[in-house]
Amino acid sequence: MSDVSRRDLLRNIAASALVAGLSAADAQHVHEAAAQDKKAAGGVYKPKAFTEREYATLRTLCDLIFPGAVEGGAPEFIDLLSANNSEMKAIYTGGIGWIDHRMTARHGKRFSEVAAAQQIAMLDLIAYTKNETTELAAGIRFFDWIRKMTADAYYTSKPGIADLGFMGNKGMAKFEVPVEAIQYALKRSGL
Amino acid sequence: MQANRSAPTYDVVIIGSGAGGGTMVQILTSLGIKVAVLEAGPMINPAKDYKEHMWGYQVPHRGAAEDGAYYFGRSPYAFGYFTASYGGWQLDGEPYTTAPGSQFRWFRSRALGGRTNHYGRFSFRFSDYDFKPYDRDGLGDNWPIAYDDLAPYYDKAESFIGITGTKENIRSTPDGIFQEPPPPRVHEVLVQRASKKLGIPCIPNRMAVITKNHNGRAACHYCGQCGRGCVTASNYCSANVQILPAMRKTPNLVTMFPNSMARELITDASGKVTAVSYVDTQTRTEKQIKCRTVVLAASACESARLLLNSKSSRHPNGLANSSGVVGKYLTDTLGFAMSATIPALRNLPRHDSDGMGGMHVFMPWWLWDKQQQLGFPRGYHIEVGGGFGMPGVGSFHGACRRFEGYGAKLKDQIREEYGSVVGLAGRGEMIPNADTYCDIDPNVVDKYGIPVLRFSFKWSDHELKQMVHMEQTFAEVLTTLGATVIKSQRSPREKISVGGEIIHELGTIRMGADPSTSALNKYCQSHEVKNLFVADAAPFVSNPDKNPTLTICALAWRTAEYIAEEMRKGNV
Repeated sequence: MSDVSRRDLLRNIAASALVAGLSAADAQHVHEAAAQDKKAAGGVYKPKAFTEREYATLRTLCDLIFPGAVEGGAPEFIDLLSANNSEMKAIYTGGIGWIDHRMTARHGKRFSEVAAAQQIAMLDLIAYTKNETTELAAGIRFFDWIRKMTADAYYTSKPGIADLGFMGNKGMAKFEVPVEAIQYALKRSGL
Repeated sequence: MQANRSAPTYDVVIIGSGAGGGTMVQILTSLGIKVAVLEAGPMINPAKDYKEHMWGYQVPHRGAAEDGAYYFGRSPYAFGYFTASYGGWQLDGEPYTTAPGSQFRWFRSRALGGRTNHYGRFSFRFSDYDFKPYDRDGLGDNWPIAYDDLAPYYDKAESFIGITGTKENIRSTPDGIFQEPPPPRVHEVLVQRASKKLGIPCIPNRMAVITKNHNGRAACHYCGQCGRGCVTASNYCSANVQILPAMRKTPNLVTMFPNSMARELITDASGKVTAVSYVDTQTRTEKQIKCRTVVLAASACESARLLLNSKSSRHPNGLANSSGVVGKYLTDTLGFAMSATIPALRNLPRHDSDGMGGMHVFMPWWLWDKQQQLGFPRGYHIEVGGGFGMPGVGSFHGACRRFEGYGAKLKDQIREEYGSVVGLAGRGEMIPNADTYCDIDPNVVDKYGIPVLRFSFKWSDHELKQMVHMEQTFAEVLTTLGATVIKSQRSPREKISVGGEIIHELGTIRMGADPSTSALNKYCQSHEVKNLFVADAAPFVSNPDKNPTLTICALAWRTAEYIAEEMRKGNV
């Protein structure tokens, strides 16, 4: 939905809060969403937990796992949490190190520097538990971590929300369900 | 410690500010009685403190906590960062213990409003037969009151709070005073059709959510976030609906003591409670507050703990506990859940399915007259989950595990499946048993020096059989919806919820006609200590499958009117 209509709804909700006897200052926080929407991103991100080289690999991985995840802030999200959690940081520096070491051994370059086909070949190995061998186990375990955390960052970001088509979190005056959605499900269910 | 001799004496000191405490504040102040409320947690300002309508991306950690604690199973936010649960399964410095061989999880809220900040808001009346379970099947005990004693108070509570619903004439779940419910969501229409085929009623939900403006509160705006509290007070939370309004309306009658953890009740030689000793949690200093009457509404187990810790030479078993029943007869609701992807819902046309925060339809217990054939006593209701949930941390971990892979293909799979999962959750009655109770652990105190509770818990065969029936029923419903159900091979004991997990613990200071087998009379007044009352779920004699909050409110309302009348007569 457009920012304008979102602002309108937030205003309506704030107005309802006033009806309920809450002060204008109390209702202010519901405008937070609109205010934050406007905040420009800007500037180059300096990783807190990772070296520039590790971060380059992280960014490349995130965008291959969920295209759009870099725009959705996945690398920053993983970096922030890792900067505050040594256990998580070790999972990521270890996993990135494992991948980069393997790429360097085979291709003489790190993951972020090799050709797309070589990146894909690596992911096709470690993205599936059926490929598990003692040789790949560490990579597969790491991929499970980065995939689920990238999913979290991506699907809580604007591009991810748009990709899912989530249309809620805005409130409505009357709850209605589109007839065509009900028809779609009834027809297909045979109920 | 020294009591301040010039300190005021309050007519009624209420310990706890949840559904029971909130209703006490509402009714007693409306009758002109001066109350003080001890709340172990902080005051909250719903308008500022509820994280309603926020998006995950507005918080850099997206709800996983700054240090990613969520990913290691140590999230400090029970039910997620954006909810208003204000408490948790573990509280820093406030342990509890479990007896060898027992598992128990104890959720404690610590904030104005208690668990009504986050509870499910399902509001079902107990049935006539729920008050006389012993008469029905020879198990458990009867309540000292009948449905007709409480019915007028259900009417009052429903009228005041505002509950959605429809007249259905189903004996297990009596009709009440209802506001118009919102229509069912797409998956709920399917579940209703499937239920009909199977002969299971599936009716509009009874939610403590208002669908029209009510008592100065705005109608629901259908953002689906009742678990985050409500800035417009469109759902029932005792903070928003009872206590804060009473503070505005009758400021001279309400004194709040937040961050005040009750330690023990002080009695005089006549056996009456004269004061409550509590710890100011901010300074860890011990203080006292004087009272004419005291009402325990701290949650069933906290209230029992307080009585057990109020030991003296006159009361060696703890206060109001000559019968020895305090802490016994503990029950929780039994829970079991099953979910599946419904093929007919794949790629469902997108729309806003938020609605009320919770299901719009549910299945009340429908086999109350067939218990003999079923081979187990009592029953359960079924809660229905589904829809386009707001994506959050963890929403797609299951999909990632099942689909594996990466890239455009994984995104397609997640998008197709999004909104097509239907979950069914059973909530069933547990019958009190001798192996399930709480007592004081003699070896452990909390950070305030207060002895802590130790839990013993055991499901009996009654509950396990009921759970097996839930599993069969859910598989039938999901199969009728077109899902492929893979039956889990784990045993019922492995699949049933852990005691305490459904957060419906109750029965620990039960009421009854006989003082030798109960702690409270039919007005939730101590048999022994006439100025001591209980207003949470501790007085409940049985734990029917209907979520307890509405009954806590109705019973507290009745108790409050009784207290006012007894005070007027000079009896307490």
